[in-house]
Amino acid sequence: MQPDRQQQQQGIDVAVLVSIGRHPTTGRARRAEQDARGLELALAMEAELPGTRISVLHAGPQADDSESALRGYLGMGLESMTLLEQPAGSDAILSLVEHLAATSPQLVITGARAERGEGSGLLPYALAEHLGWPLVNSLASIEKVENGVVTLLQALPRGQRRRLKVRLPAIISVDEAAPAARQSAFGPARRATFAVTPTTPEADSELAQWQLALARKRPKRLKIVKAASARDRFKAAAAKSEGKGGQVLTDVTPEQGAEAIYKLLKEEEVLR
Amino acid sequence: MSEIIRRDPRREWIARNRLHPEYATVLAALGVHRGGGATSEWMGPNGVVRKNPRAIGFIGPNGVKRIDRSGLQQGGQSTAATTAARDSRRTVTIDQPAFLVAVVPDLTGGRLSGHDKDLLGLARRLADADAEHPGAVVAILFGEHKEEALGEAGIDRVVHLDDEFYAGFSPEARLAALSAVEREMTPRFWLLPDSPLGGADLGRRLSLRLGERAATGVWQIEADHESPLGWRCTARGGAGSLDIQRPLPRVALALAECAEPVDETRHAAEHLTLAASIPTTLSRIEDLGQVAVDPAGVALAEAEFILSGGNGVKEWDAFHHAAKVLGATEGASRVAVDDGFMARDRQVGATGTWVTARVYMAVGISGAIQHLQGIQRCDKVVAINLDPGCDIIKRADLAVIGDSTQILAALVAMVEQQRGGQRDAA
Repeated sequence: MQPDRQQQQQGIDVAVLVSIGRHPTTGRARRAEQDARGLELALAMEAELPGTRISVLHAGPQADDSESALRGYLGMGLESMTLLEQPAGSDAILSLVEHLAATSPQLVITGARAERGEGSGLLPYALAEHLGWPLVNSLASIEKVENGVVTLLQALPRGQRRRLKVRLPAIISVDEAAPAARQSAFGPARRATFAVTPTTPEADSELAQWQLALARKRPKRLKIVKAASARDRFKAAAAKSEGKGGQVLTDVTPEQGAEAIYKLLKEEEVLR
Repeated sequence: MSEIIRRDPRREWIARNRLHPEYATVLAALGVHRGGGATSEWMGPNGVVRKNPRAIGFIGPNGVKRIDRSGLQQGGQSTAATTAARDSRRTVTIDQPAFLVAVVPDLTGGRLSGHDKDLLGLARRLADADAEHPGAVVAILFGEHKEEALGEAGIDRVVHLDDEFYAGFSPEARLAALSAVEREMTPRFWLLPDSPLGGADLGRRLSLRLGERAATGVWQIEADHESPLGWRCTARGGAGSLDIQRPLPRVALALAECAEPVDETRHAAEHLTLAASIPTTLSRIEDLGQVAVDPAGVALAEAEFILSGGNGVKEWDAFHHAAKVLGATEGASRVAVDDGFMARDRQVGATGTWVTARVYMAVGISGAIQHLQGIQRCDKVVAINLDPGCDIIKRADLAVIGDSTQILAALVAMVEQQRGGQRDAA
């Protein structure tokens, strides 16, 4: 191949944004599920596309608790990560935007939503809006990167996939559809280092005004019966949920039966 | 016409004597004034309501007269009038809305989903809070839709954008359209479903474009005069572990069952067109279309089309072949799994997987209650079975009684023939 093509085939700069997760039952700090999947995606890209440079970013305070959680990411095979140091409860978006604008990676991979705090999933969108980059949500896999265009598969509900082409630089958010993260190795995690960059962000005053409480169980929706007469109310309370009375074909040849089924499958557009 | 009530004593006398040979004709004649059939109630000559108890009721299946006192049936009247009366929901038209509530439903498959209807119910709560100055609900619909009763879901105004560049994954074009709506109408609230079908993505993009910090995962709202917009909301945060109480912002992404769907009123669903044209944006995301996925790799719980086999399936090789040709995910009843014909993770039912398929095809499954529980959330059920009396036939939308092997073979042949024909044409 031409040498310039080879040059372009060389890897790209990938920034992976990671947060501190929360174990759903114990509530302990851990590596966040979706962010770990994002990092896994970047590591797989590095294996496929030699020369890809991965930088892992976290914006948050420097504390023992969070450090052990962040080392969970480092144990996946990284030597260091960048920690944008800021006090707890401050807005991460502006410091991340500043850092990304300065380092200008070509691809930014984030989890879809955080497991702590507000967890609104707005951060990737805020970054995309501030940086003016395109954003693709719910990524399943990256197929190839060439000539500044990345081809990727987006996960749709019901296990479907959609192929997209996105011009770089771009932001990609990852949820449960991406491949599961590899295990974190303890030794490498201990040996890896943090590059701490202090930042001076604003406090998130809006979040401080809200009331946060442990989630209570949502009330189950009641079946409201609006009946005019006692007979209707009784019927609604006592009636079994009966079928809508479907079509029953008896005494048909297999061909006629198959044709009826075929017609229904066509109408529902499940045959491809 | 004269106000004097004319009476015919002879006819009245006959009408009182049901053994009279002219009784039926006289009753019919009396009924003629009142819209057909033998009437059971009429205004007597002195302004007193007269009742004929013998005209009420109908002859039941055993030849015994039955009287239905629920009010559904009166005399010999047809049921058409009563059904029309029951369907009379209050019609509401809002000509001069005080403000607008914009809703962007997912419209999966061209229809309003349950989530969309709940969201419209929430929008109605916001719009109708002040009965003196009601707001109007504007629905912005992308792409073609098959929904006929938009007004019955609580929509006052419709902005329908069905240009081809809104098809597929087109967040930039859709965002440009929503920004145009914002410039033109400036709705007080924007409501979107927080669903993976597109609403969650579009809503977050919109909120950042409008410079709002959206409330996501909203499941409850209540009026609150201290908040800037007059409402507070409760939203799920922190991966479902927190409830966040905050003032309702302009953009809210709501969960399913956030409010009751509208069912008492009927709205105008008046079509609006945008005055200004929507600027076309150069998209940096190109949609190359959906990719064919291996149906066997799709998780059973979220598969769209399931072919499920039970005790009645004798030729399992033919069954697997049929699943492959139809492109269906395979499922099985407990008996088929216990007998070792299918893997345990393919079991559908109370002890297996609860499936949500759009089309569920049950072959040789009689429909034990545990199995029927597992397929509760399926839209269309097709059953192939030898026994016309079994329970799955009652649940099925289409049931074919016959030998499953032959029917499946015929179906496979038909699909292959159609595909072959298409390939020849192409």
